[in-house]
Amino acid sequence: MTVPPEIWVSIRLTIALATATTVILLIVGTPIAWWLSRSRRRWKEAVAAVVALPLVLPPTVLGFYLLLLLGPQGPGGLIAGLWGGRTLAFTFEGLVIGSVIYSLPFVVQPIRNAFDAIGERPLEVAATLRASPWQAFWTVAVPLARPGFLTGAVLGFAHTVGEFGIVLMIGGSIPGKTKVLSVAIYDYVETSQWFEASILSAVLVIFAFTVIVAMMMLDKRLARPTA
Amino acid sequence: MRVRHLLSLAFASVLLCLAGAQAFAGQTNVAVAANFTDAAKEIAALFKQKTGHEAVLSFGSSGQFYTQIAQDAPFEVFLSADTERPAKLATNGLAVPTSRFTFAIGKLVLWSKDPALVKGKETLSSATFAKVSICNPVAAPYGAAAVEAMKALDVYDKLKPKFVEGANITQAYQFVATGNAEVGFVALSQLTGNPGGSRWMVPQNLYKPIRQDAVLLKKGANNPAAVAFMSFLKGPEARVIIEKYGYEFDSKNATM
Repeated sequence: MTVPPEIWVSIRLTIALATATTVILLIVGTPIAWWLSRSRRRWKEAVAAVVALPLVLPPTVLGFYLLLLLGPQGPGGLIAGLWGGRTLAFTFEGLVIGSVIYSLPFVVQPIRNAFDAIGERPLEVAATLRASPWQAFWTVAVPLARPGFLTGAVLGFAHTVGEFGIVLMIGGSIPGKTKVLSVAIYDYVETSQWFEASILSAVLVIFAFTVIVAMMMLDKRLARPTA
Repeated sequence: MRVRHLLSLAFASVLLCLAGAQAFAGQTNVAVAANFTDAAKEIAALFKQKTGHEAVLSFGSSGQFYTQIAQDAPFEVFLSADTERPAKLATNGLAVPTSRFTFAIGKLVLWSKDPALVKGKETLSSATFAKVSICNPVAAPYGAAAVEAMKALDVYDKLKPKFVEGANITQAYQFVATGNAEVGFVALSQLTGNPGGSRWMVPQNLYKPIRQDAVLLKKGANNPAAVAFMSFLKGPEARVIIEKYGYEFDSKNATM
């Protein structure tokens, strides 16, 4: 038995989605994490709670809201109108938006923790050496927080690969566009194609195991006292 | 001594009551194909009122239920959207073969929320829409019927790039109801009580009748509530509800 070509399409699509999501999350998540770590405003924990919401909310809630927001009556429809579409649902872009929201806490949290761990001191030292806050951020904070970025990127990527509920609700299962691995597995089970379902499931089990082992090794390395 | 006597008497009577209640008002777990959701709820309510038995309904796609039942799910009655899955369960020894019957014949509708969009088959051939929603044609009979009808009208290849697939008919409906897809193939039953938008009843000669079979599962074979639900589904009271929701009633059942 050979692996059907549509499986490769799903795998490629899933990797593309997870990569795009991770890159965007690092760009969007870093300033949020920095602000959450440094701000002294009292309501910042409220923002932190909003960022963490997807940890608790069922994907169906997010999927339902997204279906309405991405649709022709929502802001998604307006954006899609820019290139002549009428909805962002059923598009790769729509899935990226959904995944960014869904995986946000998995990226923001580790980066914020890393920023928290740096403390005020190194940045104050940088300031006495006449580094501007911008310079201090890039030359001191970011390098020191590198493990946090690494953890965030791995978790964000992995979590997007494992996403199912939202994609099912807003994707429409279009091969090459929205039919990611998890949805493909669901379809195979639905149609009693258990051979294909088991191949893909095994791929995901191995992937998840690798990610977790990598994270554990990373954690160990971080726990070691730095010279 | 007397207190103990009284206590055990009370205990025994409680047990008797419980046993009695069980004998009179049982419970049965029914797996219902998503398209039949609303009708099944109404039938279950009437069933409870008439017999005292409670039908606990679960809704999902027939494919999902088939897989779950094959893996020993605690369902006792299965109302499928097709005929193949109940038949397969019967041959695999998971259902009572003689219990199988067609409880409803589904009707396919092309539907849009836009009151001007769906006019008839020309809507499909002119294809002025970006997305048409169907349900998974391999897993769901309404999806298969939609594909069959489009092939019969010779518009399938043209429309295929515009397909968005729902995992079940409820989702196919949802995509149209939220406006994300302009048109979609849905079950007539889903439009019951909803006169809005525009619709086209797909003529029956374009697709094979969507016969939906019910089957008594092995787990329910000895449960009077499950058996009672099966016969209630065949009866005249259920028929009224089934027809109200836009299904055709199988005339074979009427003679029984």
